[in-house]
Amino acid sequence: MTDDRITNRFSYDEIARLVAPGTHVLDLGCGSGDLLDLLRRTRGVTGRGVDIQEEMIRACLEKGISVFQGDLDEGLKEYRSQSYDYVILNETLQMIHDPVYLMNEMLRVGKRVIVNFPNFGYVVNRLQLAWLGQMPVNRTLPYEWYDTPNIHFCTRRDFVRLCDSIGAIIEAAVDLRRNRRVAGVFANFAATDCCFVLRKPESRV
Amino acid sequence: MDASRDIVVPKEFEFGSDDDVLVLESGRPFGPVTVRYETYGTLDETASNAILLLHAFSGDAHAAGYLSGEESRPGWWDSMVGPGKPFDTDRYFVICSNVLGGCRGTTGPGSIDPATGAPYGLGFPVVTVGDMVNVQERLVTHLGIDRLLAVAGGSMGGMQALQWTVSYPARVASAIILATTARPSAQAIAFNAVGRNAIMSDPRWRGGAYYGHEPPARGLAIARMVGHITYLSDASMHAKFGRRLQKRDEFGFDFSDQFEVESYLEYKGGTFVDRFDANSYIYLSKAIDYFDLEGKYGSLEHAFRDAMSKFLVVSYTSDWLYPSYQSKEIVVALMRQEKDVSYTEIDSPFGHDSFLIETERQGRMISSFLHTVLESVRAADAPAQGGEKK
Repeated sequence: MTDDRITNRFSYDEIARLVAPGTHVLDLGCGSGDLLDLLRRTRGVTGRGVDIQEEMIRACLEKGISVFQGDLDEGLKEYRSQSYDYVILNETLQMIHDPVYLMNEMLRVGKRVIVNFPNFGYVVNRLQLAWLGQMPVNRTLPYEWYDTPNIHFCTRRDFVRLCDSIGAIIEAAVDLRRNRRVAGVFANFAATDCCFVLRKPESRV
Repeated sequence: MDASRDIVVPKEFEFGSDDDVLVLESGRPFGPVTVRYETYGTLDETASNAILLLHAFSGDAHAAGYLSGEESRPGWWDSMVGPGKPFDTDRYFVICSNVLGGCRGTTGPGSIDPATGAPYGLGFPVVTVGDMVNVQERLVTHLGIDRLLAVAGGSMGGMQALQWTVSYPARVASAIILATTARPSAQAIAFNAVGRNAIMSDPRWRGGAYYGHEPPARGLAIARMVGHITYLSDASMHAKFGRRLQKRDEFGFDFSDQFEVESYLEYKGGTFVDRFDANSYIYLSKAIDYFDLEGKYGSLEHAFRDAMSKFLVVSYTSDWLYPSYQSKEIVVALMRQEKDVSYTEIDSPFGHDSFLIETERQGRMISSFLHTVLESVRAADAPAQGGEKK
């Protein structure tokens, strides 16, 4: 397995720890299906992925993972309410056109939602913006402003406020700095990436 | 003559004499039936590597390879079937048969009715996609195959593949469904109706009893021209023909100057009449129009309730005959029934014909899919045979 600390991606092992064994998982923006593959092998989940790129669909098929080629901006209207134990949105929230709409859709379809995103409030981002007066470009945010797929950045604190305003309960949070855990109190400053487990108040399993 | 070619030998299977007649969906008993089919590759010891290919409207049993050293073109899906190709004949045993009602070796309206000694003509019963599949089931059983590794087809072939998963759920491990629909739209039926009208309006059609006379070639050619338009797209026609004239640079202000697209359609219509029977056109297009899983089973979800196959559904962005939304309806119904289904929409300019043209891109999807299906079938079968798996 590739080392998450080297690849920059959010640790799949951390996500796997949040998923109860034997559950049913929908992975939005599943890419080549590596996360679902890991969850299948280590947590015994059944699941399905959604991605927009043809090459990713083929990669999933190669692993025997069910996958749907679709655009997350169109929402999840084909999916029944509460039909999945977990809906996962991994490193994708910041690329979504209408994140609030998708968050609400995920909370409708999933009994739990697992979502992670790069924390724009991370200290290096703040310093680059405040001192250099330029958009942050670093290991966790490697894109220039003009060629980035990321159109909706938020800080950890912004995200918590959003959860509050759409009535999502935060069940757990994992804050990482380059895939090592950081303490919650400093997280909005010290974490490069944040991951939350959410549910609606009425969804109790 | 090309001596290096492996020549495919078509085979025939007959059934449906008095004791085992085929009961059609209409309720009418029918027989005997001759089925023309071809096979490629080798059936393994446990008969677990068989793939049934299902041809589209104007296709036939000749899916791959050459029937003779002189044949100018290989079978209709030769780019997909063969050693190292997506339907890899080093790995899989591939079968393709001509459909019931066809005119390429399987019993159809042009076949001799044993009761009269003359061709059936319109005396041939109206057949459905379900009937075609029931005939294929007899063939598969005859070949000693209990469960197919996959059924695969595009367009009318995709309809048959869908029907297989509904009619014989336990006998299909996976289904590859390309460029198709669970029920053709009014628009699709309308084009078929124009085709049938063109044939039936040809005085040579003689109420279908033209055998032994000149066939209704003009009517059939026009039907094919209309059909062919529905297989292309605005973009592919523009790229292929534009507004170019065939033999001159400027308008002659008469009706002899032809646009390139006109002469292409004339050519396509003209060559079609040499290999296709007008009555088969009428019967098969009707079978397509009748196909409606939603109507037949109450809802698509209900239709797929007992399906046990793993599905791969593929649509093409420029296909306006069976547009992507119709494939998505199939996928959504399967998802809601918790079936194992994958869906991809290939961005292609070639219209409905894409499934015959985009063989490289769809081929990579299909070969990846088939590998995992074969693996999982073998893994599931291994303990039953007492074999040790690594």
